[in-house]
Amino acid sequence: MKKFIHDFKVIKKWLPGSNHVILHLLCSEPLPPIKAGQFAEILIPDEPEVFLRRPISIHDVDTKNNTISLFVKIVGKGTYKLSELRVDDTLNLLYPLGQGFEFPEHDKILLVGGGCGVAPLLFLAHSLSQHNYHPDILIGSRNADEIHETGEYEKYGNLYLITEDGSLGEKGLVTHHSIFKTDEFKYKIVYACGPEGMLKAVNQKLKGFDTEVFVSLENTMACGIGACLSCVVKTTTGNRCVCTEGPVFNTKELAGW
Amino acid sequence: MKDLSVKLHSLELRNPVMTASGTFGYGWEYEDFVDLSKLGGIVVKATTGSHREGNPYPRMAETPHGMLNAIGLQNKGVDYFIKAIYPAISDFPTNVIVNVSGSTVEEYESVAEKINELEKIPAIELNISCPNVKEGGMAFGTSCASAQAVTRAVRKVYKKTLIVKLSPNVTSIVEIAKGVEDEGADSISLINTLLGMAIDVEKRKPVLSTITGGLSGPAIKPVALRMVWQVSQEVKIPVIGIGGISNASDAISFLLAGASAIQVGTANFIDPSVTMKIVAGIEDYLERHRIDSVKDLVGALDVS
Repeated sequence: MKKFIHDFKVIKKWLPGSNHVILHLLCSEPLPPIKAGQFAEILIPDEPEVFLRRPISIHDVDTKNNTISLFVKIVGKGTYKLSELRVDDTLNLLYPLGQGFEFPEHDKILLVGGGCGVAPLLFLAHSLSQHNYHPDILIGSRNADEIHETGEYEKYGNLYLITEDGSLGEKGLVTHHSIFKTDEFKYKIVYACGPEGMLKAVNQKLKGFDTEVFVSLENTMACGIGACLSCVVKTTTGNRCVCTEGPVFNTKELAGW
Repeated sequence: MKDLSVKLHSLELRNPVMTASGTFGYGWEYEDFVDLSKLGGIVVKATTGSHREGNPYPRMAETPHGMLNAIGLQNKGVDYFIKAIYPAISDFPTNVIVNVSGSTVEEYESVAEKINELEKIPAIELNISCPNVKEGGMAFGTSCASAQAVTRAVRKVYKKTLIVKLSPNVTSIVEIAKGVEDEGADSISLINTLLGMAIDVEKRKPVLSTITGGLSGPAIKPVALRMVWQVSQEVKIPVIGIGGISNASDAISFLLAGASAIQVGTANFIDPSVTMKIVAGIEDYLERHRIDSVKDLVGALDVS
C-alpha cells in the first residue's frame, strides 16, 4: 500500500481519564485507503527532547469526513506532548504503515483489548462490521476509569468488560473472563492487542483450542518503513520487522510463544 | 542550471547526496518518498559472507537529538544478495553501492570478490567500523595495522571504486585514513557511529540488549564535521562526510569542511523525503551565492 506524509489538523481533543488522549484529525489531503491494524508514525511538534516519530495505531477512520482518530496512552514526553495539543494545531503523519488485520473466513470472531491495546480494535470492529462480520469484543482494564467509548464499540458487536478491581464488568485479568470458559469457547479467530504479557497469556489460554490467535505487537521502532531493522521480533523464520511485516502476527509464527 | 556533479575517484555522482548504509534499506523502502534518479547514490545495507540474524531486540534507543542502534549487521549474506536482491536494484537510476562487512579478512575479501563481478555495482564501501558485532567490524577499523590489512586484501580482488568507511572510536582518525589511502583506497567515508550506551534507571538495566551501541543523528554532527575537516587536510583521495546531516545547510558545512560528497543517514527515519529537500537546498545555495559548480564548495572553508 502506498504510504504518505500528510499534515492533519486537530479538530477535537478529548482527555478521558488521567492518562489517555483521544485526537480527531482532519487530513489536509484526501485520505488514502487505510486498513484496520495499520499505524502512523507521528512527528512530535516543538519537543526538542523527542527525536524520533512515535508509532501510534489508527483508532478509527471516517472516510466521509476525511478524518482519523488516535487513542494514545500518555507514557512519556512524546505522548505527553500529544495530550497538550489544541484544536487547530497541526500534526504531521507518515502513514498508513504495516500490514493490518486480514479478514477471516469465519464469523466466530473475538476481539480482545487490554489497556491502551484497545487502540486499533475500534477500527477493526468498525471494518469487520462494514464487511458484515459480527465480532464479540472483550475489553479489560485496571479499573472503570480506564475504559472509554463503550458506546462506540457497541455499535459494531457485543461488548464484554472486565476490570482488575471489579469496578466495571467482571473482576480479574482479561484471561479470567467467563468468555474463556473451555466448554463454551466458540471463537475460531481471536484478534488481540495490548501489553505483551497479556497477549502471551491470551495465547497460552487458547493453546489446544481450535482457534487462531492474531496479535498486534508494539515494539519500539525508528523508521516505521522497514529500513532501520530496530523493531524486529523473533519468528519461526528468523527476525522480522514489526513495522512492515506486522504489526499483526499469527502467534503460530512467533518464536517462543 | 548549476553543476551539482561530483566525482569520487572514477565514480561519477550527479550530485553529492547519497544515503548511508543501514538507514535506507535497499532503496525500495523509500520509493513512495524519494525519486532515486535525483540522488547521487545509495549505499545499501551491510552484506556479509553468510546470513546474519543480528542482535536480539531491543536494539535501538532514542537519545537527545539522536539514537543508538545495535542491529548487528542483519542481512541474508552475499549469495542471497546476488541471487535475490541485486536483480531488483541493479536497474535503479542511481549509483548503487554495496556496504561490505565481515568477521575475518578472508570474509571481507570473498564478499568483495563476489560483488566485483556485479556489473551494475560501481563501488563498494568497506565497513571496518560497525561497533555492534563481536568479531570483525569495528575491530578492524580501530587499529591502523588491521585497517590496512583488510584494505590491502580487498584492494587485490576489487577492481572498481573502493570506499573505506572509518570509525570515529579511535585516537587518531587521520592516521587510519592515511593508512588505508596508502593501501589503495579510492575514497574514505566518515564517520560511522560513535560507541555509546543508554540505561533504564527504573529497571536498572541497559536499554540495548548488547549494552552498548552506535550513536547517530544530529548529536554527533560536530564530531563528524571536525573529523572530516582533519582527515581532508591530510589525504589526497576524496572524502565522503557522514554524521547527523539533516538538511542542506548541514550538507554544505561538510562540503566546506572538505567532503566531496555526503551521506544522509538517521534523518531518513524522521523524514523519508529529506534527501530530496537536501538536493534542492544545495542547488538553491549555489544560486544564492552565484556559484556555478558544487565542486567549488569542497574544502572552501575560509579560516582566515
